Amino acid sequence: MMRLPPFRHYRPRTVEEALAIMDGEGPEAAFLAGGTDLLPNMKRRQQTPRVLVGLSGIAELRGVRGDSRTGLRLGPMTTLAELVRDPAVRAAWPAVARTAELISTPPLRNMGTIGGNLLIDTRCNYYNQSYEWRRAIDFCMKKDGRVCWVAPSSPRCWAVQSSDEVPLMCVLGATLRLLSPDGSERTVEAAELYADDGIAHLRKRPEELLVEIALPPVEGRRATYLKLRRRGSFDFPVLGVAAALQLEGELVMSARIAIGGVGSAPRSSPEAEAFLRGRSLADEETIARAAELAARPARPLDNTDFHMSWRKKMTSVFVARALRELRAGVAATALV
Amino acid sequence: MPGEYLHLRLRVNGEQHQLACASHKTLLEVLREDLGLTGTKHGCELGECGACLVLVDGTPVLSCLALPQELQGREITTVEGLADGPRLHPLQQAFAELGAAQCGYCTPGFLLAAKALLAEQPAPSREAIRQALAGNLCRCTGYLKIFEAVELAARRMAGAATPGGQRSAATEAK
Amino acid sequence: MAEGETAMQPAAGASGTTAAAAAPPPPSPRRGPPAPGPDSNQGNLDSHLRPPEALRVIGQPLRRVDALAKVTGVTRFADDLVLPRMLHMKLLRSPHPHARVVAIDTREAEALPGVKAVITGRDLPIPYGILPVSQDEHALALDRVRFVGDPVAAVAAVDEETALAATERIRVEYELLPPVATVEEALQEDRERLHERTAYANVHKAVSLRFGDVEEALASAELVREDLFFYEGNTHLPLEQHAALALFDADARLTVWSSTQTPHYLHRALAKVLAPLPASRIRVIACPNGGGFGGKSDPFQHEIAAAKLAMLTGRPVKICLTREEVFYCHRGRHPVLMQVRTGFRKDGTITGMHFRTLLDGGAYGSYGVASTFYTGALQTVTYRVPVYWFEGARVFTNKPPCGPKRGHGTPQPRFALEVHLDKVAHQLGIDPAELRLRQLQPPHSLTANHLRVGSMGLRRCIEKVLEGSRWHERRGRLGRGRGLGLACSSYISGAGLPIYWNSMPHSGVQLKLDRSGGCTVFCGSTEIGQGSDSVLATWWRRSWGIDPFAIRVVTGDTDLTPVDLGSYSSRVTLMTGNAALEAASRARALLARAVGAHLGVPPSRLVFAEQRVFDSEEPERGVSFAEAVELAEARFGTVGTTGSYTPPPAPGRYKGAGVGPSPAYSYTACVAEVEVDEQTGIVRVPKVWIAHDIGRAINPVLAIGQVEGSVYMGLGEALMEEMEYRPHRRLVHKMPSMLEYKSPTALEMCEVVTYLVEDPDPNGPYGAKEVGQGPLLPVPPAIVNAVHDAVGVYIDEIPLHPHKVLAALKAKAEGREPRYGPARFPPVRYPAPLEVGLPEPTPAQPAGAAALAGTGGGRRP
Repeated sequence: MMRLPPFRHYRPRTVEEALAIMDGEGPEAAFLAGGTDLLPNMKRRQQTPRVLVGLSGIAELRGVRGDSRTGLRLGPMTTLAELVRDPAVRAAWPAVARTAELISTPPLRNMGTIGGNLLIDTRCNYYNQSYEWRRAIDFCMKKDGRVCWVAPSSPRCWAVQSSDEVPLMCVLGATLRLLSPDGSERTVEAAELYADDGIAHLRKRPEELLVEIALPPVEGRRATYLKLRRRGSFDFPVLGVAAALQLEGELVMSARIAIGGVGSAPRSSPEAEAFLRGRSLADEETIARAAELAARPARPLDNTDFHMSWRKKMTSVFVARALRELRAGVAATALV
Repeated sequence: MPGEYLHLRLRVNGEQHQLACASHKTLLEVLREDLGLTGTKHGCELGECGACLVLVDGTPVLSCLALPQELQGREITTVEGLADGPRLHPLQQAFAELGAAQCGYCTPGFLLAAKALLAEQPAPSREAIRQALAGNLCRCTGYLKIFEAVELAARRMAGAATPGGQRSAATEAK
Repeated sequence: MAEGETAMQPAAGASGTTAAAAAPPPPSPRRGPPAPGPDSNQGNLDSHLRPPEALRVIGQPLRRVDALAKVTGVTRFADDLVLPRMLHMKLLRSPHPHARVVAIDTREAEALPGVKAVITGRDLPIPYGILPVSQDEHALALDRVRFVGDPVAAVAAVDEETALAATERIRVEYELLPPVATVEEALQEDRERLHERTAYANVHKAVSLRFGDVEEALASAELVREDLFFYEGNTHLPLEQHAALALFDADARLTVWSSTQTPHYLHRALAKVLAPLPASRIRVIACPNGGGFGGKSDPFQHEIAAAKLAMLTGRPVKICLTREEVFYCHRGRHPVLMQVRTGFRKDGTITGMHFRTLLDGGAYGSYGVASTFYTGALQTVTYRVPVYWFEGARVFTNKPPCGPKRGHGTPQPRFALEVHLDKVAHQLGIDPAELRLRQLQPPHSLTANHLRVGSMGLRRCIEKVLEGSRWHERRGRLGRGRGLGLACSSYISGAGLPIYWNSMPHSGVQLKLDRSGGCTVFCGSTEIGQGSDSVLATWWRRSWGIDPFAIRVVTGDTDLTPVDLGSYSSRVTLMTGNAALEAASRARALLARAVGAHLGVPPSRLVFAEQRVFDSEEPERGVSFAEAVELAEARFGTVGTTGSYTPPPAPGRYKGAGVGPSPAYSYTACVAEVEVDEQTGIVRVPKVWIAHDIGRAINPVLAIGQVEGSVYMGLGEALMEEMEYRPHRRLVHKMPSMLEYKSPTALEMCEVVTYLVEDPDPNGPYGAKEVGQGPLLPVPPAIVNAVHDAVGVYIDEIPLHPHKVLAALKAKAEGREPRYGPARFPPVRYPAPLEVGLPEPTPAQPAGAAALAGTGGGRRP
């Protein structure tokens, strides 16, 4: 049996209490949301916090408020399964619900939370291994070692951003509200939260608590997310394409595209977004060109499932498919 | 080993249990090792197979990634809690009859996932069954007999629930 | 359905995707009212007390005898066992792929509170291995480690965490050796050798067997085609992780409970390694296996180490492996590179075949010598191959050892042969089904490599899947990206020879009848999920007229049960079945004599049916079965009988003839439908039609379950499953986890239409043949052939990763050969061929059907 390392566990009832515990316990402590990412990592000794501050008892961190006109406010402890079913989410941003449904498996969606999904650790098949396995390669840069085995001459870690909701939140322009134990509060754009480094992949201090995710009003935009993985469940994305467009007919008024699973942070493509503005999606060549531009920043490496050059090749295919889907308006009705 | 001990009150299969155990044990470990409920299986302990699936207030969760101290006051159901005394749950009956259990190791997880599905959708489509069971791996059956067993159980439960409906297991027994 | 065919819907709840076809003329023992559908079962634990009219057992769908235990969670798998004062064991494993163990210091580990004992290779210095020719394993590394994960030391402690912490305190000094990563490296003479005894370099075994003048046959052929194929290695991935519990009691008797498929072989290995502990003081109990598929057929390090630690500490010792450790046990499918060179006439018939294989065996022998022969053995039993030459070689590399996985050594060459034939059919413009039907190996015949084929229902199988898939209308006409592919196969119903040479039975059964009318059957066979306990409980109905659920089955316990060699090579139904029928008929004779004397009726006039023994001329005159047992006991004393089974001698007399013979061969035909996304190369398989010649379906519920499970596993191997290592990173396993070793979920599983074809075999009990492994074999080649039908390219290696499909499509678009696959076969120094020659022409053999009507028909005396 893979067992957890020893830890102390708290179950605060309020955000204040949670922050106070965090303040008292210091850097040895970690927040525990659904546990579906942190606990396996702890069993493999990738992370070994001595204290877990469980958030499941804090009612104020759950639930969805708002609508398509005002925008949505998601409590970060809302489970992925709740998000899938939530009528307000399905009405305003169906892609968010649909994406949640693509994450892992049904029981894990009952446990995993949207906040946890947005903050999951980067993944790499040199890193998501047991302690003994990692010892056989003298560990890696991300934990206990010095070398990034994906690119041994590289000064940085290439672990992969593997959340499905992250690229989508970036193209929607979601914002995240973070509270610190010292009482300070800040709100950050989703796209600003993620850094292109497998180790320091979050621009967030460990003691900061994510208390709310805000999705903007819809204002005529459509969004979609396409996921590439081996199997229809369990698997993390090896490529995820999120796109949000404002269309008039088939004419693109504005476009946001972000690609996940092909780098340590979601990759956006200002070139592709600028290219699409003012162009018609009726033209297949426009789609092809935009897909090619959007795929450029993808840097898949040999640390996930599938052949890396094939994943690179698939990026433009999937971007084009996402654009075609938005042109057809499928995403808006996918959950009906 | 170092670490804290804690006192737990857990409600499992309708029975209240009090126990003391190391604070870093998962629900899976507590069920199997402290409560002797070995019907809950384990195939990876990392959330990658579904063998340890149990219900918490009727909702499927993986016991290998659940902390019991977060589940006090909730109703936990394991495979041992499916039958009503000597009377099998229709899902158990259907799994047995149709050969949906071969080696039987993944079976408890499938039964509980299916129970949760039927509670939500009494007459699920084949596609809904596939989706609901997509978090449980089986290496023996190829899943098809499992799908058929869920469908059979659903039909029987619908028959039992509707007077004058389909022949039910209960009426047949008379 | 044609006249004379019998539907065998397993249950009213089935979706109508199963159907069965009996080969005409079927001597049907299944007259009388059908078994009740599930709707008529009472919904409680007593539902096995069925009314007597339901007792039509052979060929009827029937719930497994152990089903209720499994659905209620009370089946005790090895890790569910707990004994008082039990210790927990952990293994320290090598972090190096290849190294000499210079020194081990266990003092710090032993000093850790809670640690009861630490052992290393010196405590278990005797080598062992499943095959007598490959005694190359040690329970703990003696002087060398050969793969990342090779066990080095074992700790017993009061709990798992203490044991694990202790392993981290063991200091091992290694002298690193250069690892051998690939078959190419293994063939080089200048590489470090993993084992002292090899054929040459790191070649574990090399063979060459020639049956007739193959070069002449190829020279005179109208078409000679040569193709290269590669089948990647993959693993069993049973849901249950291997576990073992050992107890050394106060009487100095050792008991080992284990998730093993082969308790008898584990017993032998323990006796060897734990010498001087006599074998008679060792008891192995095989727990129900949570999936085996061949992966629990070797004696394993953890089993031996737990036994030793139990002996040293005097306390029970348990270990359950982690999932990662299960990947290190492996013994899975060998990666095999294959070269097929075949001569054909213009009508597509084979004139001669030269088949070469090269197996990557990993670090140890395991079943590897047998696996090597199996890559060349069964090519001849499906289609007539007039002359045949097989060359095979297996090499050692510093990776977890390969061994037997469902189909043992035969899915790889079957894949190559069936795709090869598809290519020839296209080249010659012949329908691939027609090409096969033209040259089926005849029933009751000898093959070029001296295998005796008995019943052979492949024609019927092919016809069923062609009809079901509407092959002739739909093939080539499904539209862009969609296609149909056909492949066939055959598999053994138990190996004709045991793993160690001896002339004792392969299977033994003991019966004990008691005054209650109950009966206990003792047999060494092992329930691994396939339903062997159920099948064992089934035979008595025919012989005695009693309910299978009245039978108590005691299996897999070396103290209590007579030897059965184990649940491998698809041998259980045929071999334990024949042994059981012999024991049953002997007991029946005793009962008949006793009842006959009591009633004043000649025993031959008695009928055993519906829990009674009665006079066929005056049916109301009779006794209950329980009374019959009492009468027999009064007359003869305690009533018990035995039965045993030894397969018929194999016709082959050459060195290497031990692999391939079987009392009976099953046959399978499969049509797969695929959808290929030409932009991504992703292949989906929506539907498979599969027909399996099972001889006789003893219990269609179990049989169809085995077919569907085989299709599932074949689908996984074809599309995604593979063992991968990091050659430049210490040869670590790339992904030893359930998440990253990709196995199909409920969402990937295809629709399956199953046809059970019954062509009874004279050697099978009631004509039964195997079903557990054979139906896997045709699935991967059928899928590859369907991809060709869909998009016009051949993928000559599996798994069918999408990048391979895209590469082949690109090759096609650029006018290159439209394929993806291996480009060369490295030079292997096979030995000079053993010129076996062709077998003598066979005398005509009587068809077996007539002998089947009676009890145990066709069994050897």
